[in-house]
Amino acid sequence: MKEKFKTSLSGVKKAFLVTLVLLIICGLIYPLVMTGLSQLIFPHQANGSLVKVNGEAIGSELIGQDFTEDYFMKCRPSSVNYNTYTEEAKESGEYAGPASGSNNYAPSNKALVERVQADIDEFLKANPNIKKEDIPTDLLTASGSGLDPHISPKSAEVQLEKLEETTGLSMDTLQKIVDDNTEGKVLGIFGQDRVNVLGVNLQIAKEMGLID
Amino acid sequence: MFQILMTLLIFIIIVIPIGMYMYRIATYQKTFADPVLNRLDNGIFKVCGIDPQNGMGWKKYVLSLVLTNAFMVFVGYIILRIQFLPIFNPNGISGMEESLSFNTIISFMTNTNLQHYAGESGLSYLSQMSVITFMMFTSAASGYAACVAFVRGLAGKDKKNMGNFYVDLVRVTTRILLPLSIIVTLLLVWQGVPQNLSQNVTVKTLEGTMQDIAMGPIAALESIKHIGTNGGGFLGANSSTPLENPTIISNIIELLSMMILPGACVIMFGKMVRDRKSSNNVPNAIKARKSLFGREGRTVFVAMSIIFLIGLFVCYYAEMAGNPALVNAGLSQSMGNMEGKEVRFGVSQSALFTTVTTSFTTGTVNNMHDTLTPLGGMIPLLHMMLNLVFGGKGVGLMNMIMYVILTVFICGLMIGRTPEYLGKKIEGKEMKLTALCIIIHPLLILAFSAIAVATKSGLAGITNEGFHGLSQVLYEYSSSAANNGSGFEGLADNTLFWNITTGLAMFFGRYLSIVIQLAIAGSIMRKQFVNESAGTLRTDTTTFTIALVLIVYIFAGLTFFPVLSLGPVAEHLTLWG
Repeated sequence: MKEKFKTSLSGVKKAFLVTLVLLIICGLIYPLVMTGLSQLIFPHQANGSLVKVNGEAIGSELIGQDFTEDYFMKCRPSSVNYNTYTEEAKESGEYAGPASGSNNYAPSNKALVERVQADIDEFLKANPNIKKEDIPTDLLTASGSGLDPHISPKSAEVQLEKLEETTGLSMDTLQKIVDDNTEGKVLGIFGQDRVNVLGVNLQIAKEMGLID
Repeated sequence: MFQILMTLLIFIIIVIPIGMYMYRIATYQKTFADPVLNRLDNGIFKVCGIDPQNGMGWKKYVLSLVLTNAFMVFVGYIILRIQFLPIFNPNGISGMEESLSFNTIISFMTNTNLQHYAGESGLSYLSQMSVITFMMFTSAASGYAACVAFVRGLAGKDKKNMGNFYVDLVRVTTRILLPLSIIVTLLLVWQGVPQNLSQNVTVKTLEGTMQDIAMGPIAALESIKHIGTNGGGFLGANSSTPLENPTIISNIIELLSMMILPGACVIMFGKMVRDRKSSNNVPNAIKARKSLFGREGRTVFVAMSIIFLIGLFVCYYAEMAGNPALVNAGLSQSMGNMEGKEVRFGVSQSALFTTVTTSFTTGTVNNMHDTLTPLGGMIPLLHMMLNLVFGGKGVGLMNMIMYVILTVFICGLMIGRTPEYLGKKIEGKEMKLTALCIIIHPLLILAFSAIAVATKSGLAGITNEGFHGLSQVLYEYSSSAANNGSGFEGLADNTLFWNITTGLAMFFGRYLSIVIQLAIAGSIMRKQFVNESAGTLRTDTTTFTIALVLIVYIFAGLTFFPVLSLGPVAEHLTLWG
């Protein structure tokens, strides 16, 4: 009996020690060493791929923004407004800190249809020359993360006519800006063609002389 | 479509060498990394007082697994409760509430990674590292250890010794999970996944507003999240966020990371049971060495692949068809159903990711499953209900073997032969345990779903009206019982009711199955080998593979068809009707 108790006690001890050792290796040493290595080898990426203008970060290459000015290209709808907010919204508690996600509307949810309907109306009002059926699918559907930095090349194209008017830039310049910020498929096979909206708007702002 | 096939091709190419490597680890053979890792392992064994030569029977093996997991739960729970302390907590996150801590800790220990919190606001960096990342390693290692022991039992080289749990746990961690995670972490950081300990960054945008950008040790968690088929994201929206999954290359790396080890497990299984034959029958040994899979492994691999591919194509075509409700509203669906999906992935990579994450029971998502079309969303639901299409961390293999045993039994009855598998007789005791094991999973899903739709607190979680509401409930419990962890995330699930019930489903789904499966292996292990004769039903033939697939579908149909027709099927008919 005593022997049995002793062996089971040593079993408990082993289980406890293994827990601690693995906690230290996998839960502390591993992530901290990886942080060090990443900071050393890929400092730009490891710190969020920030986009800087005159040394000040204005966003991240990876994340879209909620652009509202009419001389900027628009991103897709986002349930978290891309975590962009105003001072007032933060003070009033309307903005409660960074989040991500979508509204999770089922395809059969009426709220989804209502939102899309409202966005179509708004878009057609702002872009009177565009026909309803020419609006690309991605532009008026919300991304899963609420942070999608991209729109499809077609979604960029339908916005150009309006931008030509509001920015005062020529169609050629705008087209070139879009081309500069379009990424293709990897090896021509994997992924989708896409346009980085922040990149486009940054160049628009430069061309318009809003920033230097 | 082409890119889906190319991704799968890469998978097939790399799964074979990794399977060979895992086989070597499981059978204590020499590998190239031994000079370094032997020292590390021996150091760990010494500190913990583990004698690597000391084998365990199935009962002791299970007991050690449960006991170690219990300690991990205990330590993790404490850290979650005290995470408000200023240790690696630059964003000033407060401590986690009890029922949510309970749910979270069960969720990560059982390799489920169901998340009722959002990482941005719910966890400090200390918790992300020493609870979440830590448990991602150990829960995966526990699962693989159980699987290796299970296969040792089936292969039956030894009558009693299933191996030593602690040795398996440590070796799987240091030789498979850690090295792979280090490589994948660096690849992900290269693609843009942040890895730092800084506070969230607030920038001033071009329009003069502010934007918060989440930071943290994301990449180190991201890699083991997929390699260990865990699936719990650093951020709320998981791998759909560009911070966790910035490019198509990172997406493919994450896909392959979660497919590789479950696939490799099957290859390991094939080789381990083949060893049995070659040691019995020497002249065949040379011939057998040439086959990559081992014939029994091939049966299982092919059966899993068939079910996987059927699901993938249904999901892809359902998503490409788009949402008729939006067509009526006037929005073109030429790109497919893009609500809840990212532009950089499109429908192809999203459908692939969805099918993979539920087949390999990872639970990471690169698009929102709640927003999938009804049939597109039924596939992930169905694959979690099956819980054997590759499956996570070895557990899927064990579940598939349950169905193999069942198929052997049913086919045996049909043609009047004694059911045998891998040279051992399958008798009453094994069949009872197998039946029990197969019943637990649907019982957990259906019983809890019934409770949820019958109670107020359950119904309160539903956020999409109509048939889809039932799908949300079903999905949550299927995901819990299958230890998957993805969700129809619309469900308002951070309430006492949902935290407790899903916690229980995860707990029973994990441990009951493992205990029963190891009991079966332990029982088979002790039996005498019977000689193969003309009367033996061969389990390495095409006919058997087809029978296996059919039996899986028939059982799933009998169990889940009624509830699926009330959920996704009814929603599909109303949308398209």
